[in-house]
Amino acid sequence: MNIMEKLEVLTDAAKYDVACTSSGVDRPAIPGALGSAVKAGICHSFAADGRCISLLKVLLSNDCAFDCSYCVNRRSQDTPRASFTPEELCRLTIEFYRRNYIEGLFLSSAVVKNPDYTCELMLKTLRMLREKEKFWGYVHVKAIPGADPALTEKLGFYADRMSVNIELPSQKSLTLLAPQKSKEKILAPMGQIRDGIRENATDLVRYKAAPRFVPAGQSTQMIIGATPESDRQILNLTEGLYKKYSLKRVFFSAYMPVVEHRNLPAPTTPPPLLREHRLYQADWLLRFYGFQAGEILDDEHPDFDPLLDPKCNWAVHHISQFPIEVNRAPYEMLLRVPGIGVKSAMRIRSARRWAKLDFEGLKKLGVVLKRARYFITCQGKSISPLPMDNPAVIAGAIRERGFAQNGGALQSWQGEALPALEQLSLFTPTPKDKVQCLTGQI
Amino acid sequence: MAANLVYRYDGSLQGFLCCVAQSFFDKAVPAGIGAWDDPQATLFPIKEVETDWQLAKRLERSITSRISPEAWDMVQRGFLTCMEEKELRLLRFILLGYKMGPRVARLSTNEDVHALDKALLYLKNEAHYHVEFLRFTDFGGFLGAVITPNNTILPLIVHHFCSRLNTEDFMIYEKTHQMGFLHRKGGAHQFFQADHIQFPEKTDMEKRCQALWRIYYDAAAVEGRENPKLRRGHMPMRYWVNMTEFQRG
Ligand code: SF4
Repeated sequence: MNIMEKLEVLTDAAKYDVACTSSGVDRPAIPGALGSAVKAGICHSFAADGRCISLLKVLLSNDCAFDCSYCVNRRSQDTPRASFTPEELCRLTIEFYRRNYIEGLFLSSAVVKNPDYTCELMLKTLRMLREKEKFWGYVHVKAIPGADPALTEKLGFYADRMSVNIELPSQKSLTLLAPQKSKEKILAPMGQIRDGIRENATDLVRYKAAPRFVPAGQSTQMIIGATPESDRQILNLTEGLYKKYSLKRVFFSAYMPVVEHRNLPAPTTPPPLLREHRLYQADWLLRFYGFQAGEILDDEHPDFDPLLDPKCNWAVHHISQFPIEVNRAPYEMLLRVPGIGVKSAMRIRSARRWAKLDFEGLKKLGVVLKRARYFITCQGKSISPLPMDNPAVIAGAIRERGFAQNGGALQSWQGEALPALEQLSLFTPTPKDKVQCLTGQI
Repeated sequence: MAANLVYRYDGSLQGFLCCVAQSFFDKAVPAGIGAWDDPQATLFPIKEVETDWQLAKRLERSITSRISPEAWDMVQRGFLTCMEEKELRLLRFILLGYKMGPRVARLSTNEDVHALDKALLYLKNEAHYHVEFLRFTDFGGFLGAVITPNNTILPLIVHHFCSRLNTEDFMIYEKTHQMGFLHRKGGAHQFFQADHIQFPEKTDMEKRCQALWRIYYDAAAVEGRENPKLRRGHMPMRYWVNMTEFQRG
């Protein structure tokens, strides 16, 4: 196979991986080395599906020894196999980088022979890239579950970000669909990376020249909708991962049926994009809004409301805590008002120190009142157009009406746009998807 | 008071500052200010304004100290924008600044300040687009790129490329404003003016590399998920002409 064919096959095999940001670390250039990294990340192109292209995201090899049933590269699948040599992949990265096509490399691989062997190949590639070619751009590397911890650690010193894919949200699903993987094998490198980052932080305090271990942190991703876990289970797992493993990000990826298998949804099943979207919203609440997973979903409501975003959903179910007085309510409560984002809440907090706020004042601060008006008062006054005693009525008024027609609905919620550079979803749903999601799977 | 005449200057920032000084001297705002090579014909009598570097320097200091460093920064960047009648607007902005002081930078209710804000945002965005979408071609030993922005963004992006590509010889040519930038390995660099730049033929190696990039670009998209609107939203089509992934055939 020539390099062109290899590139095609190995790009194709890697593109379903979601986590393709180049963000998280500021690393100024140094004389004599090629490249730098910027904290916000840089997109260099947008593919025909509208997703950002930032890193050269390829597999080192798709010649897998494992047989995970949801995966296109599994051993029993009849598909063209290809592997880059470390030299080829290095050359490609450097040549693309010099021409400003990419921000760096996203290196992942199927299991070639066994996890250690694969890890060695990846290590060889990164060592060549960093030491021989003096490449100073961004590198994201995917740890291989089951590999020797010493090898994983070495990878970490060459990478900016590392990730281990959780793959499926429970041990049961893993056993069913990815028999060669196990929770332990996945969590072990995750814990190791966490400890490596911590130790490195103390080393850095002690001597500044300590080599940096995964400076942009670690992330993970899991497949949603291939297996029967409830949203609540997934969200609890997510919360646990943030807490236990200090992850920077958890990515969700709606399952695209790529293979036929008796344990998997039929190939005609639309990917559960709305569900993925709700998970990202809930993830946002966990990370920036001070919510606990148990508040967002519970035993009685184990799944997201397709028509109400999780924050609105919480507010409607806790209507007795509203309305709150914007001039007095604690910051944490402001954050819980539908329609008030982190930016707005901070603006309110600083503005109310100087003057009593009224609704005009809120508008001047840029607070969007469309949904917030049901949940707040200003100096005792309410402008809610509806009586507040029936939560169902409020829910009806603030639900995402026109979701299916309004293409903008997914880009932003609560009046605040999601960070533009970060890719939040593998697929930006087409209007058709949204209709299918609303009527079909969920 | 408005004067019925038009200033002509050499198109440089220093020249423009001398126009500002001239307007102080005339105690009037001219009907227009235009560069020598500006094709617009005018019915008003023309006053040629000489560029005096000393005078320009004095004005810079005066704006910085009597208005604010921020206002000076806005003037400098404003001069790079493609705002309509940018010289007149900037002149009025400066006059307003002398009246209002540092507050002028926030007076977005004023028409000139508002227009300047908008133009500066466009400048910033367009510069960022070029950090993202500029494409180099390897001409055997040195990298070359051609860009066609509406604003003069070259001065804003070269720093990024100089540090990142400090190991490369490269040249960026801003065709719209016939302005170029040359960087040599190790750091030596300079801006230059040129009506036209002729790059050498692409080598076979280069053609292969570009073909590889196009293969990657195509393979990275998920079939059946085309979303042209989203793609255009992130990556305006007017930049595509200079991008390798769209140069086919
Ligand atoms: S280990 Fe499993 S998921 Fe990974 S490439 Fe192999 S078959 Fe696919």
